[in-house]
Amino acid sequence: MSNAQKNLFLLLIVMLLAAAPLFMHRSGEFAGADDQAEEAISQIRPDYEPWFKPVWEPPSGEVESFLFAAQAAIGSGIVCYYLGYSKGKKQQEQK
Amino acid sequence: MFRRTSIIFIFFLLAMVMLNRPAYAMHIAEGFLPFNWAAAWFIVVLPFWFWGLRSIRQTVKSNPGLKMLLGLAGAYAFVLSALKIPSVTGSCSHPTGVGLGAILFGPAAMSILGGIVLLFQALLLAHGGLSTLGANTFSMAVVGPFVAYSLYRLVRRLNGSMPVAVFLAATLGDLMTYVTTSLQLALAFPAQPGGVLASMLKFIGIFAVTQLPLAVSEGILTVIVFNLLAAYNKNELQELSILDNKSLAMGDRKLEVCK
Repeated sequence: MSNAQKNLFLLLIVMLLAAAPLFMHRSGEFAGADDQAEEAISQIRPDYEPWFKPVWEPPSGEVESFLFAAQAAIGSGIVCYYLGYSKGKKQQEQK
Repeated sequence: MFRRTSIIFIFFLLAMVMLNRPAYAMHIAEGFLPFNWAAAWFIVVLPFWFWGLRSIRQTVKSNPGLKMLLGLAGAYAFVLSALKIPSVTGSCSHPTGVGLGAILFGPAAMSILGGIVLLFQALLLAHGGLSTLGANTFSMAVVGPFVAYSLYRLVRRLNGSMPVAVFLAATLGDLMTYVTTSLQLALAFPAQPGGVLASMLKFIGIFAVTQLPLAVSEGILTVIVFNLLAAYNKNELQELSILDNKSLAMGDRKLEVCK
């Protein structure tokens, strides 16, 4: 197996790992684990009140997911730029 | 050609998983640690931030060519922290992405890069929080990277192959981050009755179990990026003495013999 085939195969496993839970829990809510933690805290200590509020909250779920998408896009842009740049540089050296 | 497709594939995978689900948060939320605990974790983290700044400055000074690779390590943590992935428990969590940088640049550097990611999410996404930044930095940007780095070194010393070492390091670094989060919450909120231990088990059930398949995913993704780096960036990896550690050491010995 070539390096690229190996990588594609590995990516496939990651995709399966991410998709499988959606089929395992068809009625699952898939809320964040931190929301459950907040619930657990209020069970252990019902009188606990968060003493500090977020300085700014995204006004809606859409804005929030936009910001998360932007974060992922910027990050993967940089990662892929570097990998592409390195590949080009290496090919140039081999010529 | 195949390599190019796999790069494009990473991009699409990241974009796809990301856009699929509404956003949720995984670190300790704003205000959810009592003041004293929040302050204590800042004090614990402070020396690591100083160490990290020094370590990054040294790396950049002695090897200016590694700046871009440092950017890649930061960007990788940035992407993976944005990916809320569904898990077997029926809830969502996200990987941390700090293992790659820890293996490349050492654990201290990641306390800064991981801290920046956490700060960004606390300020713009109300994810994690400013008051809990110390605690979250400790779990994600100190414990995670140190576990990853030590495991990588250990497996390599035991003659484990590079992919196995990278996989174990990234996977367990990710997992230990959330075990640490559980411990931090348990210390601040011991159960009555049962104490810290009972709380710890409860929080581990929430965080660590959800994290298990995600940690494996992070391990695999990190192996892929490492494979690509090993194929295109031999020089950089050698400068960081990650590739050909042994052959380099042998070269040194030859030099000594020559003298």
